[in-house]
Amino acid sequence: MSATPKTSGMAKLERDAVLELASKNRRLDGRALTDYRKIKIETGIIEKANGSAQVTLGKTKVMVGVKVQMGSPFPDTPNEGVQTVNVELTPLAYPTFETGPPGENAIELARIVDRNLRESKAIDVTKLCITPGNKVFVVFVDINVLDHDGNLIDASTYAALAALMTGKFPEYELKDGEVIFKDSFQPLPINNHPVPVTFAKVGKILVADPCLKEEEAMSARLTVGIDKDDFVCAMQKGGIGELDSNEIKAAVETAINKSRELRGIIMEASK
Amino acid sequence: MSKEKAPERLIDDSGLRIDGRRPEDLRPIKLEVGVLENADGSAFIQQGKNKILVGVFGPREIHPKHMVLPDRAVIRCRYRMAPFSTEERKNPAPSRREIEISKVIREALEPAVMSEYYPRTVIDIFIEALQCDGGTRCAGIVAASLALADAGISMKELVSACSAGKVGGQVVVDLCDLEDKYGEADLPVALMPNLSAVTLIQMDGKLSREEFEKALDMASEACRQIRNFQAEALRHKYQGMVDTEEPPATGEASK
Repeated sequence: MSATPKTSGMAKLERDAVLELASKNRRLDGRALTDYRKIKIETGIIEKANGSAQVTLGKTKVMVGVKVQMGSPFPDTPNEGVQTVNVELTPLAYPTFETGPPGENAIELARIVDRNLRESKAIDVTKLCITPGNKVFVVFVDINVLDHDGNLIDASTYAALAALMTGKFPEYELKDGEVIFKDSFQPLPINNHPVPVTFAKVGKILVADPCLKEEEAMSARLTVGIDKDDFVCAMQKGGIGELDSNEIKAAVETAINKSRELRGIIMEASK
Repeated sequence: MSKEKAPERLIDDSGLRIDGRRPEDLRPIKLEVGVLENADGSAFIQQGKNKILVGVFGPREIHPKHMVLPDRAVIRCRYRMAPFSTEERKNPAPSRREIEISKVIREALEPAVMSEYYPRTVIDIFIEALQCDGGTRCAGIVAASLALADAGISMKELVSACSAGKVGGQVVVDLCDLEDKYGEADLPVALMPNLSAVTLIQMDGKLSREEFEKALDMASEACRQIRNFQAEALRHKYQGMVDTEEPPATGEASK
């Protein structure tokens, strides 16, 4: 059951400072309203994974490992491989992250990343079918949050994308219906590059790439996923506040512009 | 076990949808307030083939105690699909989808509820989707907002909700299950119409910026229509009571 979360331990003074700054169109770290923090993307850091990446966004750190294994297709899509996204908010990342099965925040985060990838058809699942209705490749995207300083949605999706773009899966041949894996690998079929842009509503304004303090002072959150052709492919509002429709439309416009720049950074790092 | 087939076309030559609606048409909606005996507030919504029942308890004492908030009520929400609500039986264990929807529905209702009036209590909202045909999170919000009002909980405004999306190249409102599955995009929106405040927005699929703006506007307009139905449903239950100056003749306490 979903319940109103406890307000964070952040001092009221600090929250007031964030809101006070926002009323003057300013931010704690001096960024412009649509500026992102410094992004660092490393790929190929886990040798045993089929693809991996670590994204550092300011002080937020997220690692993604992709594993590709043989499995069964869903009955309604017998000719397609399977994409599955899971998020672990590891207890080492933040004092209030706890061990145990994923809570609603981890599930929501995983489902937003999944939605971005799935709806933009980032992974060409039709190329991951081995024998229709029987054997397909399953792409497991496992997201490990390592350090939490806000905007986990964007950091996680960028890391997932970088890991997939540099990911490889085994070449194989079919002999008498048997799947025989070769020693060689081929790149994962990646067709689209969805880039989410997340905003926090702080006071009366929207700020992009909120840091944790901004997230704790925000009333609502909005994520807009943009695909490589500037189409909106995913969206999610979060938080217990409200937005107005002009605000949302303006956010979509900003997201389209911002996503191009961010996509460039991700593509460059995933060559 | 019936196996559904993908429809050949979602929009026919005369521009009508698979169930004969025009792009801006809602499915028939039936709303009923106060349908449960034990809940403090309840409502039932039928929208197309959707049948959803909502019960609200509270404000009441909170358990476990450590969840208490000193300055406001905690709002808890559970969205659940009945195992028999879908074509294939749904496993009764809560799915990841249900967990996410419970969260976004709670967040859609929170801005409306004046929770600061009820410190140290909990308001529980239980949404049971008995039959699902697309747009259940929106229908659930519409009924939940009525059930909250029926429980006598102070609210800034009713929350209305409706999805828009793109189907067969057309931007349409209130997608049914087939349109949701085989259409190009789905955009559920919840709105407090008289405050012009969007309290839920999600999207999946593919929309250009122009299409998105059109869909958002159409969904908002649909929400405004639904709000009228909601007000009517509340009036239907309560107007008699409000207008009656004399106490009921039998002396029987009516709920």
